[in-house]
Amino acid sequence: MPSNLESDQVLEKLREFAPEAIEGTQIFRKELTIWLAPANLLRVCEFLRDHPALSFTYLSDVTALDHYPEEPRFETVYHLYSIGMNQRLRLKVRLPGNSPRVSSVVPIWPGANVFEREVFDLFGIVFEGHPFLERMLLPEDWEGHPLRKDYPTEGYR
Amino acid sequence: MPITLEKVPGQEEKVILSMGPQHPSTHGVLRLVLELDGETIERCVFDIGYLHTGFEKSFESKTYSQGITLTDRMDYLAPLSNNLGFCLAAEKLLDLEIPPRAQFIRVLLTELTRIQSHLVWLGTHAIDIGAMSVFLYCFREREEVLKIFEMVSGQRMMTSYFRIGGLALEPPLGWLKRVEKFVKKFPERIDEYEALLTRNPIWLRRTVGIGTLTAEQALALSVSGPSLRGSGVKWDIRKSQPYSGYERFDFDIPTRPEGDVYARYLVRIEEMRQSLRIIRQAMEGMPEGPVKANAPHIVLPERESMKTSIEALIYHFKIVTEGFHPPIGEVYQTIESPRGELGFYMVSDGSPRPFRCHVRAPSLANLQALATMVQGRLIADVVACIGSIDIVLGEVDR
Repeated sequence: MPSNLESDQVLEKLREFAPEAIEGTQIFRKELTIWLAPANLLRVCEFLRDHPALSFTYLSDVTALDHYPEEPRFETVYHLYSIGMNQRLRLKVRLPGNSPRVSSVVPIWPGANVFEREVFDLFGIVFEGHPFLERMLLPEDWEGHPLRKDYPTEGYR
Repeated sequence: MPITLEKVPGQEEKVILSMGPQHPSTHGVLRLVLELDGETIERCVFDIGYLHTGFEKSFESKTYSQGITLTDRMDYLAPLSNNLGFCLAAEKLLDLEIPPRAQFIRVLLTELTRIQSHLVWLGTHAIDIGAMSVFLYCFREREEVLKIFEMVSGQRMMTSYFRIGGLALEPPLGWLKRVEKFVKKFPERIDEYEALLTRNPIWLRRTVGIGTLTAEQALALSVSGPSLRGSGVKWDIRKSQPYSGYERFDFDIPTRPEGDVYARYLVRIEEMRQSLRIIRQAMEGMPEGPVKANAPHIVLPERESMKTSIEALIYHFKIVTEGFHPPIGEVYQTIESPRGELGFYMVSDGSPRPFRCHVRAPSLANLQALATMVQGRLIADVVACIGSIDIVLGEVDR
């Protein structure tokens, strides 16, 4: 179980490094979530991975949320894990509904490749700098992005 | 053809080989596109999605209790592990305490699932490489485990036995005797598999030094589970972030530093032995008591109490017709499935249906490592490498 002490330590280090990058924080069921400004994503991720006391070297997962019809509509969600600290961390980036784009974290964690492709496929979020951003689960001529909340679940298109 | 390899300009033309999706050694419907120079692999790209069923979308239109049945069908070789991950995520969202007896039974059954899944892996991996008899032996023992599942839950594969708040029902009398019989017999069966393979010169030639993955590469590519431990990283979620009472059990995490196909084979063989240890401890320390949490608005009431108590009847009606309302929030619950880190990211907006339920599939992440493993190797090694990462395409595609 991650203690609150370790969550505090992560937050403290991040506030020291880039106070302007943090848009908000939340702790729910002992899980720390940090909202980041899209422009600072890569810089903060690199810091989290390379800082010797934090060393979030393992990227567990990348996914997204659709808050339709609210704005900003999309959120990309990153789950990091630090084997040394035995601590998990959730990063979120808010994106607009109109042509959502965010930097790819593949240069930092190569394992993000398939997860970002999946999000691109099912949510239509574009990851800039991704080496091979193609549809992965759906056929390449598929129309629409099924995990969006306005995608019809029944009837004809 | 959906996924192809584009020609590199200025380079002489290479042979492009499409392997799968019907190839028997691709364990389902995986298609690989290989660029070959002679028989040496220069590049490898995978093409998946043949089994995409949209489970994550389906979760959003089902209540939390109904969602459990979908989880069985993702990783169909480890249904109980998936049930457990989903239930733990929902229980974390609800902040629900599970009675110790239910926790012990959950641990026991998920470890049996791990053995069962590893048996299918060993059998198919061996048959891919050409050892036919191991396959038959493995399926003989797997049958025993499936019979235990059938006895407990009524189903051999799509168990849906773990429910939010505990178990579906108390296991039948005498089920532990059956488990005991299996546990007594199984260690010598593992020795039997090892006698067939571990020192077999053909097996060694096909696996030692093949598909090497260093610890740094594995971590960077988000590889987890036995495939990561075969590269020497000692990380097991059962130890690092224990769930369902795993902290009460004494077991080792097997690792091998080599990172080749043989190392991953040894790690999984040893994991089966460790799972047996956990099962024995769970049987010995099995507590008495209820198998469902005391949370009448979440857990369905007993049939008998519905006939005698109006509250039970009302709760039953509410749960079945409407479901329950978890607090607004989000959780990410991970478990160590037979394939690695299985994560459920569950977001609640306070309604009886999950706002979003995302599954972090260990098979999908592990599949990424395949290109690194087969780089510069021969086509025959691809077959050994696919077997050694133990993917289930139902989980990769979801």
